[in-house]
Amino acid sequence: MKLKKLMKKAGMIGAACGLAFSALTAQAETIKVGVLHSLSGTMAISETTLKDTMLMLIEEQNKRGGLLGKQLEAVVVDPASDWPLFAERTRDLIEQHGVDVIFGCWTSVSRKAVLPVIEELNGILFYPVQYEGEESSRNVFYTGAAPNQQAIPAVEYLMEEMGIERWVLAGTDYVYPRTTNRILEAYLKANGVADSDIMINYTPFGHSDWQNIVAEIRRFGSQGKATAVVSTINGDANVPFYRELGNQGVSSLDIPVVAFSVGEEELSGMDTGPLEGHLAAWNYFMSVDSEENKAFIEKWHAFIGDKSRVTNDPMEAHYIGFNMWAQAVEKAETTDVDTIIDTLVGIKVPNLTGGIAEMLPNHHITKPVLIGEIMDDGQFLVVSETDAPVPGQAWSPYLEGSKDLIADWTDPVNCGNYNTVTNTCLGAEAQH
Amino acid sequence: MIKYGHWFLALLLSCASVPALAENDQANPDFETLVQQLPQGNLRDRMATIEALVSSDDERLLNLLTALRNNDLLADDGEPPRVARRRDGQVFDVLSGELLLDDTVETLSRVPVNNMMRRQLQTTIARLSLNNDSPQVRYRAVRQMISDGVDADIIALLRERDEIETTLLVSNAIETAFALHRLDSDNPQTRLSAVERLRGSLESEARNSLRRLAENDEVTEVREAAAEALQSIEGRVTFYRAVESTLFGLSLGSVLLLAAIGLAITFGVMGVINMAHGELIMIGAYTTWMVQQLFPGLIEWSLLIAIPSAFVVTALVGIAIERGVIRFLYGRPLETLLATFGISLILQQAVRSLFSPLNRSVTSPEWISGTLTINPVLSITYTRLYIFIFGLMVFFALLLIMKKTALGLKVRAVSQNRAMARAVGVRSSWVDALTFGLGSGIAGVAGVALSQITNVGPNLGQAYIIDSFMVVVFGGVGNLWGTLVSAMSLGILNNYLEPWTGAMLAKVIVLVLLILFIQKRPRGLFPQKGRAADG
Repeated sequence: MKLKKLMKKAGMIGAACGLAFSALTAQAETIKVGVLHSLSGTMAISETTLKDTMLMLIEEQNKRGGLLGKQLEAVVVDPASDWPLFAERTRDLIEQHGVDVIFGCWTSVSRKAVLPVIEELNGILFYPVQYEGEESSRNVFYTGAAPNQQAIPAVEYLMEEMGIERWVLAGTDYVYPRTTNRILEAYLKANGVADSDIMINYTPFGHSDWQNIVAEIRRFGSQGKATAVVSTINGDANVPFYRELGNQGVSSLDIPVVAFSVGEEELSGMDTGPLEGHLAAWNYFMSVDSEENKAFIEKWHAFIGDKSRVTNDPMEAHYIGFNMWAQAVEKAETTDVDTIIDTLVGIKVPNLTGGIAEMLPNHHITKPVLIGEIMDDGQFLVVSETDAPVPGQAWSPYLEGSKDLIADWTDPVNCGNYNTVTNTCLGAEAQH
Repeated sequence: MIKYGHWFLALLLSCASVPALAENDQANPDFETLVQQLPQGNLRDRMATIEALVSSDDERLLNLLTALRNNDLLADDGEPPRVARRRDGQVFDVLSGELLLDDTVETLSRVPVNNMMRRQLQTTIARLSLNNDSPQVRYRAVRQMISDGVDADIIALLRERDEIETTLLVSNAIETAFALHRLDSDNPQTRLSAVERLRGSLESEARNSLRRLAENDEVTEVREAAAEALQSIEGRVTFYRAVESTLFGLSLGSVLLLAAIGLAITFGVMGVINMAHGELIMIGAYTTWMVQQLFPGLIEWSLLIAIPSAFVVTALVGIAIERGVIRFLYGRPLETLLATFGISLILQQAVRSLFSPLNRSVTSPEWISGTLTINPVLSITYTRLYIFIFGLMVFFALLLIMKKTALGLKVRAVSQNRAMARAVGVRSSWVDALTFGLGSGIAGVAGVALSQITNVGPNLGQAYIIDSFMVVVFGGVGNLWGTLVSAMSLGILNNYLEPWTGAMLAKVIVLVLLILFIQKRPRGLFPQKGRAADG
């Protein structure tokens, strides 16, 4: 109790200080945008770029005159790749800094840590990374891909275009690969793939000795049926994995690997020679030829001051998310959280691949699905693209527990996990 | 090789039944139109163009296709586009053969290919490179043909080669191709003899075909023979898998040895718990990257340059750490542990701020990439082979320093009895600094090797620090031979467990076994004996 009071006091003092400060600098009131990305620790490798993207987008918006006649102000905090710290920093952002919206998180575990806080304090979080689904919160907008916007189309492509019959599902041992592989396994079995043609393998974070696993994959793939690896291997473990594949002579022609976590940014730190021809499924590639994309890359290079920096899928997600939020604010003429949450649904903004992204009632967006082959210069050659944007599904129809659930944050349902069979809302408790 | 080139093209031509084009090689209008068509249109159009190219007859075909396969084919947006290929850093026009100047080259961009095209190209190139000078290339060509499926045309090609083939590896593969073809014969006797021939063959296609025969053949005799042959093959495969696991184990062991051997000096001999050891390895790996950045023309030599540079850089960092922090903390292990842990975090974040949190891309030189194929189920990658040899070299060099040099003598003297060593005139503080520098330098050298198999990024060190301590403790603190034996045995144990239990559980089991072992023998495999051990 005492602590809570103290915190409140601290919050008020903080707010007062903030007010005093802005009064002192004789600035007009600003709209505050929270940026919650790790700038130190293991995840800094991916998240630092997203912080820079947000700063660029905010600077751009300010050049155009800000929003509602006010300038935007970025509040950057560093949760240091430490999951509980993500929750604390979220609390700081909302209670002390009074931000109107937060853009942040990368790993699912960090999002899960933020979830109860953002719901308790009624904030808005834009989450820009592809994830395992099975979640929908009123306070979170998922601008990354749900499994049906990345994993399933990739497997479909392999099955139909490349005639793959045997499957290795290889992943790092944590929630995203495990859930994705569960969905994929159910999907494959529903499409008539036998148990003996699926091999599932999990490795620890940062696994570096891949000799045995690659040898096993090679044996699994030499049984006379076309074999592919669906990789949810995360971050650092990818380099030794692909190197070992190359060293053992497994090329993309023998056993293609389709990855869900390898993008331009990851490739920029790899010797891409042995990766050539392996695949990745995303909703955006830097090599996509569109006016919006060209302009975005140009702005990014000008902002970061380095022509060799690449752009990637989560950056596009932030671009879409930020533009959606900005448009909602202009439409509603307020930054009030509840109004914005309601206004956001149905907002349409152009994405970078020449299409339109729409915010759906389940707080996911529509995205095109692109399959790209890795080229030796670290860019992707798009080999397949869906005709129409795919709407994101929060709940997978392939899983026992979730196939009857839908998420819809508009009236009359207004629920993140509504069971269409029993017509009941399971409520927020079932999510955490 | 050139001698046979025409022959093959003629054959390819006859397969494709477009014989009219064979007349004039030099100015082949269809070939030229097709080449100019190549960069245009989408991927599907390009595949059709390649299809047509294969059936056109031109001596520039192999070069063109190889360039396309290796991403060395360039083109501009002109009408018709100029098509060029890169060779040894220079760019030539494909059609006229003239050398292009830099300002022309700048207008060119690459003609992209995808996997389906690569497969198509690979099949064609395999046919064209069956008479290559290198047996490994010829072997791969035959393997490619086998995996594409053997038909009558291929058999004719192979028969020609078989008559002049001298390398056992290649002629065995050709024999296998023949036998695989005979397996589809209508005559049960032919099938039986083919099964007989494939007994003991390790090619996966042979196994798959035999399995098919053992299940489906209409003649009982053939079925039984196939089943029996399959069984004998499986026996050999199991044997080679055991060999493979052992080799993998030795390879992992040599990585562990490299990572741990510096620690065997600083922790083992000096007794300093250095949590920043992993970061010293990381600095060594970054030095490799720096060397490649500084001398972009010397990629092939970069590792040899990086080894001494990494040694010097990390040794200096190590000495700075020893002089700046650790010497004030001798005899206080807990404080040393905390202080060096702090140093490790500082070094990590320093690298992040200085270079970027992103991984750095270290290129592997040509001579270290690739695989040595012993037979279809057993091959060793050169990287691993070199790291194994390098690990042993570092180990014996260090052993020599410790046993045969004045520095080694002094180091041992100080670590056994500091007061007595000082009494006989050894400058113990000087020796401490040099020893720590030596251990750190070796960590840096390990970083050069690790840069070839793993990420070069700020987190590199963290991945190896626990394993390094495990190796040193298991081997017996202060004993270099113990470190060698323990690194190798942990590596082998891990690789034998992994196929059964998965990577996660294998790690857990190894750790549990280690804890049990330390309970029984707290001083490790080879404990130090004598008075020094009690100190």
